Amino acid sequence: MTETQEAATSEAGNSKNPSRRSLIGWGGAGLALGAAAAGGAVAMTRVGDDAAPTAAETGAAVAFHGAHQSGIATPVQDRLHFAAFDVQTEDRAEFVRMLKDWTEAARRMTAGKAVGEGAYGGLAEAPPDDTGEALGLKPSRLTLTIGFGPSLFAKYGDTFRIGDRRPDALVDLPQFAGDALDKARTGGDLCIQACADDPQVAVHAIRNLARIGMGKVNIRWSQLGFGKTSSTTPDAQTPRNLMGFKDGTRNIAGTETDRLKKYVWVDGKDVAGKSDWMTGGSYLVARRIRMHIETWDRTSLQEQEDVFGRDKGEGAPVGKAKEHDEPFLKAMKPDAHVRLAHPDSNNGITILRRGYSFTDGTDGLGRLDAGLFFLAYMRDVRKGFIPLQRKLSAQDALNEYIQHVGSAVFAVPPGIRDKDDWWGSTLFSEEA
Amino acid sequence: MRAASLSVLTAVATAAALTAVTGCTEKSKGDGDAAIKVTAADSTCDTSATSVPAGQVTLNIENKGSKATEVEILFPDDRIVSEKENIGSGTKYTLTAEVKAGSYEIACRPGMKGHGVRQKLTVTGSGAVAKRNPQLDKAVADYREYAQEQADATIPKVEVFAAAIKAGDLKAAQDAFAPSRVGWERTEPIAESFGDIDPKTDTRADGLEKGQKWTGWHRLEKALWQDKKIGNEEKALADQLVTDLKDWQKRVGKAEITPTSMANGAKELLDEVATGKVTGEEDRYSHTDLSDFRANVEGAQKAYELLKPVARKNDKALTTELDKQFAALDALLDKYRTGRTSDGFVSYDKVGETQRKELSDAVNSLAEPLSKLAAAVVK
Repeated sequence: MTETQEAATSEAGNSKNPSRRSLIGWGGAGLALGAAAAGGAVAMTRVGDDAAPTAAETGAAVAFHGAHQSGIATPVQDRLHFAAFDVQTEDRAEFVRMLKDWTEAARRMTAGKAVGEGAYGGLAEAPPDDTGEALGLKPSRLTLTIGFGPSLFAKYGDTFRIGDRRPDALVDLPQFAGDALDKARTGGDLCIQACADDPQVAVHAIRNLARIGMGKVNIRWSQLGFGKTSSTTPDAQTPRNLMGFKDGTRNIAGTETDRLKKYVWVDGKDVAGKSDWMTGGSYLVARRIRMHIETWDRTSLQEQEDVFGRDKGEGAPVGKAKEHDEPFLKAMKPDAHVRLAHPDSNNGITILRRGYSFTDGTDGLGRLDAGLFFLAYMRDVRKGFIPLQRKLSAQDALNEYIQHVGSAVFAVPPGIRDKDDWWGSTLFSEEA
Repeated sequence: MRAASLSVLTAVATAAALTAVTGCTEKSKGDGDAAIKVTAADSTCDTSATSVPAGQVTLNIENKGSKATEVEILFPDDRIVSEKENIGSGTKYTLTAEVKAGSYEIACRPGMKGHGVRQKLTVTGSGAVAKRNPQLDKAVADYREYAQEQADATIPKVEVFAAAIKAGDLKAAQDAFAPSRVGWERTEPIAESFGDIDPKTDTRADGLEKGQKWTGWHRLEKALWQDKKIGNEEKALADQLVTDLKDWQKRVGKAEITPTSMANGAKELLDEVATGKVTGEEDRYSHTDLSDFRANVEGAQKAYELLKPVARKNDKALTTELDKQFAALDALLDKYRTGRTSDGFVSYDKVGETQRKELSDAVNSLAEPLSKLAAAVVK
C-alpha cells in the first residue's frame, strides 16, 4: 500500500463507516476467524508474497466474533488498559441496553473503526460520538474482553434477575498471607480488558466505553500496563518482568487447543443448570502486585537467581542450559518461585497468564510505584489460582520483594457469536 | 470559576447573527419625522407608532408617572437593543438607536424593575430577517429574567457579607459568604460571558494571571478562614466586590443569550462542578463547595427546564434521561444538607473519598446526556 492510499484510507477513517486504516485483506481476517473460534488464533494478514509479517507488525485487526472471547488465547499484545466498573443503574433493561451499546462500540473499535458517527463531521452543536484520539491509527490487534464480578451477583442478583445464575466457581478470593489490598484497587462488578499493540488504541477503547457507560456504570479503578510479561506464542522470545527475569516460559500457547480446553475454557459439564451461560467462558483473576524495586535491585545476582530458580541471562532452570529445558525442580531451593509455582509441584495446576508490567510513576518516598499487573485465565478459580496462591503466599521467596495491593476476580462469558450477539447475552437472556 | 473564562456564550451568540446591532444614546437630538413618542406612566406605556423603517430610530420619551422609569428597545428574546435608565418622574429623554428590520418590543419599566409594560414595534425594510422560533425566544426571555432575578437577589446578600467584613465581624462574614454566591453560581456562564467581571469577583489564587491583583470572593474567603483577619484591605475589597457585582447586575440584560448558549451554559455549570467543586478546589478555605455545587446544578436545571418543551419534541429519550439524572443528583445532594429547612450544607472537608466519588459519578451521569441538549434544541 502506498503512502497516498494510506492517507486516503485513514482520512476516510472517520466517516459513517470508517476504518482507522483500510484492513489489508479482510479475507485473511475472515479466514482466521475460524481459527480464532477453534483455538483463539489471531487474524493474520499478508502484505506481499515474499514476506509474511506478523499481525503485530501490520497492526491488523483481531476477529471480534468467535466461540471464545478474544484477548485470552490471542497472542499477547504489547499494551494494556484494564478497567473495573461498578454498576450504578437499578434498571435491568437499561443495563442490558448498555451491554449492547458496548458490544457495538467494541465491534467497531476492534475493527479499527470509530465509535458511532465518528469523531468529526457531525452536528456542530453536539459533542462527537467518538473521542478521536485513535483516528489514523491501525486496529493494532485491539481485543476487548468483558467479565462479571461476584459483586454483580451479590448486589444485583435480584434486581437483574441473575441471582441464581452465579456459577459456583465464581467465588470471592480469600485473604492470602501478606495481602495488603487497597479497596480503591480491588473488586468491581464488571471489567473490560483492553489489549492492543498501540497504547493509545487501548486507552481510547476504555475511555469510549466508560463514556457510553456513564449513568449506568462508573469506573471503580483502572490500570495501564506497558509491557507484556507473559507470552502465548512460545516461539517468540519470552518477555521479561520488571525484575529482569523471563516470565511465563511454560505458559499455555494460543495454539494448544488441548491445554486450553483442559485448563482455560469452562466446559458444559462444569456449569450444569442455571450457570450454563458460562460454557465456553473462563475465569479471570487480576492482581496488582507491587514490586519493591529498589531493594530488589540491591540484591545479589546469586540471590535473585535463587529466588526465581532460573538464571537471569538465558532463563534456564537451575542446572540446565536452555530456557525451555525441562526443569529439575529438586535442584532449586525449596522456596524458589519456579519450583513452587510449577505444575509438577501442584498436581498439574495450570493457568494461562496474561499479565503486564506497570509503572504508575513514583510514590511519595521517591520509590517506583511499579510491578506486575497479574492477569490469569483459568477454568476454575478454586482449582487454579486459589490453591496456587495459598502456597505461594506462604512460602515463595519472592514475597520479600513483592506485595499484592489490588485484587479482583471475574467470570468471563463465552465469545460473541455473530453480528447480532452481544456481551452477556447468555447471562441476560431470560429464555436461555 | 475557571482560570481562563470561556467565551462559548459570546461566540455562539455572535454566530447566530441577530437582526439588529448597535444602540447608542444621545441627549436631546430634536424630534425628527421618524421619532416615536413614548409616554410612560405608572401602569401604561403608550407609543405613537408601531411600525417604523429600518435605520435610526428615535424615541421621544416622557415620564408622566410618579416613579422613575426605564425605557428599552428589546429583541424578541428580550435582549436589550438600547435603553435609558432612571428617567425621573416628569422628565423627558430622547433615545436613539440604529435598528435593523425585524420584530421588537418597547418596554417601559416603572420603578425600573420587573417585566414592565410592553408595546410591539415592527421595523420594516430590506435585509433578511432570521426566522425565529417563538418557543425558543420565550425560553431565552424567561432565562434572561431568571438571570436578572438572581443578580437582583444577590446584591442584598453580598451587601450583608460586605457589611459584616466592614464591621470586622469574622463569624458573621463567614456565615454570609456562601449565601452571597448562590445567585452568581446559578448563572455563572452569563457572568463569564462578559469577560471582565469574573476575573475581578471569582478568581481563585491559582487562577491569577501575572500582575493581576487578587480581588473578590476567594481573596476574602482566604482572609476569613485561613488568615482569620480582617484588615483595611479586606474592607476595601468588600466594597469593591459590591461595586463589581452591581456592574454585573446592570449588564445581565444585555448578555447575548441564545438557545444554544443556554444549553451549553447548563453543561458548563456541570463542568464547573466536575472540575472545581467535586475536587474541593473552589472553596478551599471555607469548604462551602456543596453550596456552590447545588447552585450550579439549580442553574443548569433552570436552563434545561426552559428548553425542555423544544428538546422533548426532538429527542424524548434525552429529556427522559435528563429528568432522571437531575432528580438523582438532587436527591444525592439533599443528603448533605445540614438541616431539613436549612440552605446550609456539610463542610466539604468532611465529605470522604467514597462520597466524593459517588458525587462525581452522579455529575458525570448528568453531564454526559446534558452535553447533547444543545443539539436537541437546534435540531
